[in-house]
Amino acid sequence: MALNLSKQDWLLFLGFALVVLTMPITLQPLGAAYPALMQKFCIFGIFALGFNILFGLTGYLSFGHAAFIGIGSYAAVWMFKLLTMNALPAIFFSMIVAGLVAVVIGYVALRRSGIYFSILTLAFAQMFYNLAYSVLTPLTNGETGLQLTLNDPRMLDNMAGAATGGLPRVELFGIGLSGGGYAGFYFCAVILILCFFFAIKIFRSPFGLMLRALKSNQNRMRYTGFNNRPYLLAAFVISGVYAGLAGSLMAVTDPLAGAERMQWTASGEVVLMTILGGAGTLVGPILGAAVIKYFENIFSAFNEQTLHRIFDFLPDSIENPLVSVLSLFVGEGWHLTLGVIFVLIVIFLPGGIMEGFRRLSGLFNRGGGGGKPAVASHPQPAE
Amino acid sequence: MSSKNIVLHVADVSKRFGGLKALTDVDLSVAEGTVHAIIGPNGAGKSTLLNVCIGRIRPDQGHVVFAGTTLDQQRPHEINQLGVSRVFQTPEIFPDLSLLDNVMIPAFAKRDGAYRFHALQSVESESEIREAAEFHLGDVGLLERRHQLAGSLSRGDKRRLELAMCLIQKPKLLLLDEPTAGMSRHDTNMTIELLKRIKARGMTKVIIEHDMHVVFSLADRVSVLAQGRIIADGLPDEVRGNPKVKEAYLGEAHA
Repeated sequence: MALNLSKQDWLLFLGFALVVLTMPITLQPLGAAYPALMQKFCIFGIFALGFNILFGLTGYLSFGHAAFIGIGSYAAVWMFKLLTMNALPAIFFSMIVAGLVAVVIGYVALRRSGIYFSILTLAFAQMFYNLAYSVLTPLTNGETGLQLTLNDPRMLDNMAGAATGGLPRVELFGIGLSGGGYAGFYFCAVILILCFFFAIKIFRSPFGLMLRALKSNQNRMRYTGFNNRPYLLAAFVISGVYAGLAGSLMAVTDPLAGAERMQWTASGEVVLMTILGGAGTLVGPILGAAVIKYFENIFSAFNEQTLHRIFDFLPDSIENPLVSVLSLFVGEGWHLTLGVIFVLIVIFLPGGIMEGFRRLSGLFNRGGGGGKPAVASHPQPAE
Repeated sequence: MSSKNIVLHVADVSKRFGGLKALTDVDLSVAEGTVHAIIGPNGAGKSTLLNVCIGRIRPDQGHVVFAGTTLDQQRPHEINQLGVSRVFQTPEIFPDLSLLDNVMIPAFAKRDGAYRFHALQSVESESEIREAAEFHLGDVGLLERRHQLAGSLSRGDKRRLELAMCLIQKPKLLLLDEPTAGMSRHDTNMTIELLKRIKARGMTKVIIEHDMHVVFSLADRVSVLAQGRIIADGLPDEVRGNPKVKEAYLGEAHA
């Protein structure tokens, strides 16, 4: 019952799984096929996927979702310190803590909608940031960030008599996950795929339909016999749990947690990812996350020498001015590139990258299928 | 009529908006299975009366009793769950969803109640609800367009869609706020035919209407509201002949 998907959705799911798992090969030409970056794609993909369940389906724009990332990270590191270096208990604990905090924040913030909801979530996130940064220093280790130490109790591990010299690694039944290896990437990839499956289920469920209906007309929902608040709260908590999970995976791949993860820029980043990829679509937000993380890591590493090498074939009189202009957009200036792309997408493709794909495939269908009548105004399924 | 089959009883309801008396001591009983029309000039308080019935507005005085339950403290979704559906004067639909989804959603509310976390089922497999939705879309003549987005409909079609959304809930009481406003004569007649068919199914209806053709071809009983007071109440023919009504309302149109 819980596993029934339609044929198209199975295809979508399997295709997605295939793409994610073959990233180490397919991303080679882009220079992005190293585990530390690919696991970032997965982690931020999970974050954006969850954010989209709230923003894409209900239209409630949270500006404070990074708080859940931070909470997930802290919760996971505490599990490493207190209990065991095994990743699974840490992940479950993070999801539960993030979920509980989401219930509290959601209960208060969802009393308002629109800009007021956004401001309330932003306020909560800043409060959590400040708590982590200063007030709760015993729990979060303040500015320095929460780290593993040699004196951590690690009760379960010590009972099992796992004697280790130096700091232990996060592991999954003996396989080391932290430290930027392929195991860490595949672990994140499998969890992303599971999260994707759950997201498809939500999108295709009556619950998902109700969330979309809430976005469309809350009054009609009320006079149709629905209690809107629990639906919104459930969506908020699910997206909070996704974010908590993403935060715990950050700690799994690199076992430390710092307050800067909760800063409002991090909350804003997931909004960009979702809109860039296509809010309300299944794949879009993950794509958006990958694009932004790619720019952040690859484009920012470019410098003038790299550009000179690329445009070496041009005569110097053209090469030099060209490079000096382009160098504004790489290295430190990668934000500029991202900004330009974002502006172009929002203006020309308000539905994000996914709308671009749809238009392209529409173009090909019209051009190629001469005999077939074009299907006009057919509603596009969210994919 | 005996009091036991009164479905809706509006008892001495008054409502003020600032200095404006929108409703003054309005007393109204609607019998089960009847069509009760409320007519009156613009600004007479007709829509306010319906808003009181669905919990959108709380009366300053008096009560609304539906099927034995006092609605004073009930929230809008609770009132709907008791069996009251409403077609609004400005169609309230889900413009971003398909017609089929629009009609399926109220059926979910009817079956699953005000809230259910059915995140692991799939809408695809709800064939019973989909068939019911297709039936009701057919009833209002919108079946062929079921995959279109509701926002793309004309105003008259939106109204018929909203009617289907209410009918699929099989409400005990259906409140219609000018169901034929903005419709062509042909569509108006279709809607009248549809409402007559529903009447045969025994659904109680309160209908606000300006079109006297609609009122007199449907209503079993007519109440006339003017300046927030009921000035006449009776069978359609009695009301038509009432001089006070002619003066307050029909006079305007027939002068």
